Amino acid sequence: MKQKRDKIEIDAMAKRMRLKALDMAFRSGKKGAHLGPAFSCMEIMATLYGNIMNIDPENPKDVNRDRFVSSKAHSVLTQYTALNEIGFISEEELDTFQENGTKFGGHPIIDLEHGMEYTGGSLGMALSVGVGMALDAKLKGRKNKVYILVGDGELDEGSNWEAIMSAAQFKLNNLVIIVDKNGLQYDGPTSEIMNIDNLQNKFDAFNCKTSVVDGHNTAELLDVFNRFTKDCPHVIIARTIKGKGVSFMENIREWHHSSLSQRQYEQAVEEVRGE
Amino acid sequence: MIEITPRTIRTWSMLGQRGTAFAIALPEIAAEQKEVMVLTADLSLLSGLEKFKQTYPEQFLDVGIAEQNMIGIAAGLAKEGNCVFATTYATFISMRSYEQIRNNLGVMGFNVKVIGSAAGVSMGTSGNCHHSIEDLALMRVIPNIQVISPADALETVKVMQAISKTNIPAYVRLTGNLNCPMVYKEDYDFQIGKGIVLNQGRDIAIIAIGTLVAEAVKVAESLKGQGINPTVVNMHTIKPLDEKLIKELTREHSIIYTLEEHSVIGGLGGAVAECLSGLGTSTKLIRMGFPDKYSVLGDYEYILKQNKLDAGSVKEAILEGVK
Repeated sequence: MKQKRDKIEIDAMAKRMRLKALDMAFRSGKKGAHLGPAFSCMEIMATLYGNIMNIDPENPKDVNRDRFVSSKAHSVLTQYTALNEIGFISEEELDTFQENGTKFGGHPIIDLEHGMEYTGGSLGMALSVGVGMALDAKLKGRKNKVYILVGDGELDEGSNWEAIMSAAQFKLNNLVIIVDKNGLQYDGPTSEIMNIDNLQNKFDAFNCKTSVVDGHNTAELLDVFNRFTKDCPHVIIARTIKGKGVSFMENIREWHHSSLSQRQYEQAVEEVRGE
Repeated sequence: MIEITPRTIRTWSMLGQRGTAFAIALPEIAAEQKEVMVLTADLSLLSGLEKFKQTYPEQFLDVGIAEQNMIGIAAGLAKEGNCVFATTYATFISMRSYEQIRNNLGVMGFNVKVIGSAAGVSMGTSGNCHHSIEDLALMRVIPNIQVISPADALETVKVMQAISKTNIPAYVRLTGNLNCPMVYKEDYDFQIGKGIVLNQGRDIAIIAIGTLVAEAVKVAESLKGQGINPTVVNMHTIKPLDEKLIKELTREHSIIYTLEEHSVIGGLGGAVAECLSGLGTSTKLIRMGFPDKYSVLGDYEYILKQNKLDAGSVKEAILEGVK
């Protein structure tokens, strides 16, 4: 069993993940990478992988492991770097990111040995699968939890709401849905493209228990992940900033997917290191 | 253990493919395999799943009218080691949840058996939204999924048993209505991917799928009186296609007819055409199915006749072809 990291260690972990992600994105050259949406969920994944989740690279197929799927699979740099931190993916493997023949592409491919539970890339898919995984745990009396991270833009997809409705119907208190609410989708602010305001009310109306936290505050994240619901799914709306940690990326939609110049890379590294 | 006797075969025939699949085959499969789950999208009653629901309540899930979610949930359950059967009307399950099927079953290979009921035009006057004439083409193009359409109720039992014993995702297309014509009156050997020659004739071959296999048998019987003895093949599995058998047919047959309750594009006819294109054969292929348009409404038999898919029309077409 891995050691649980405390808040200070999780913050340091998130910083290292950002630096590694910048390296990987920069090495990808003109292929570019999803830096903005990766940086909005760094603290969320650092908290889950660093402390909350019961997973072990020595026993990656343990039936009792917690399951995590990022339905906003384009934030894969966050997941790869988090899995690197806890020993599922080596540095050498990370260095193959987006190279020809790699296992580590721009969206994750299912590979339990490397800690990846699902082949992502099509939005609105994973929440239903999470419902199935959580149902199985319930039916077989296992105590593990299923964590599904979704984007706020992604919630435009109606399939998510089918899944949310059923998660409440089936009383899945072992399912935790985290919304990375960074307020931006590819084409612009969610408020302008497709308004999903009153998100908490929406989830509450779907019979979920909803919490709202600062998605970059690891103390709040640690606290909220340790809260449990009795007979319904727990939805955590994490207010985040797309591109968090790099001034020229924050809240700029172009950084949903883009490539870094040498100068931008150096500035970004400096800003992340200096925080 | 399901007992296959002339009597049970007759009873299943009355229940049709759908009733047999859900009221007979699935409860038996669940009795033998613990990790079997059955999911429906608000069609429990109609599908005859009530017996299953009562007998195995923990292995049954109704997800409401939400096909995309059903396939996603099925995938999550399959990911955890269950053999999952997910079912609703063929037209909805093959199209509304297409990308869920493609990603979860095709790309990731999760062990979900997608059972499309009321495929083809058995829904008759319910309308074109309920007619499923594109599902074989849609499912066949997705890698890693077996695509099967049983010929009759007994074969439905055998298909359900066979797919439950594999870890391979599958799409099963159930055609016809209650009182499904019997192709088989006694037990026989069924293997996924291995077509069955029902009548060994010569020169002309009819390769059929689904309930139209029974029509093909009728055609062959009635042509015998006119000195024509067509070979009849039950090509229950469209993927993996029995290419070896098709190759053998080209040796002794100058014309192959494909007969299906599906568009002539992309289904059995399309699959056989693809196979023949690689063989360099002079055997001619004539595809019989729905033309590239939606059918006039009517009862099942009426629609088949209007589209020249009934035994009488097929016989006439063959006689015309050999003139």
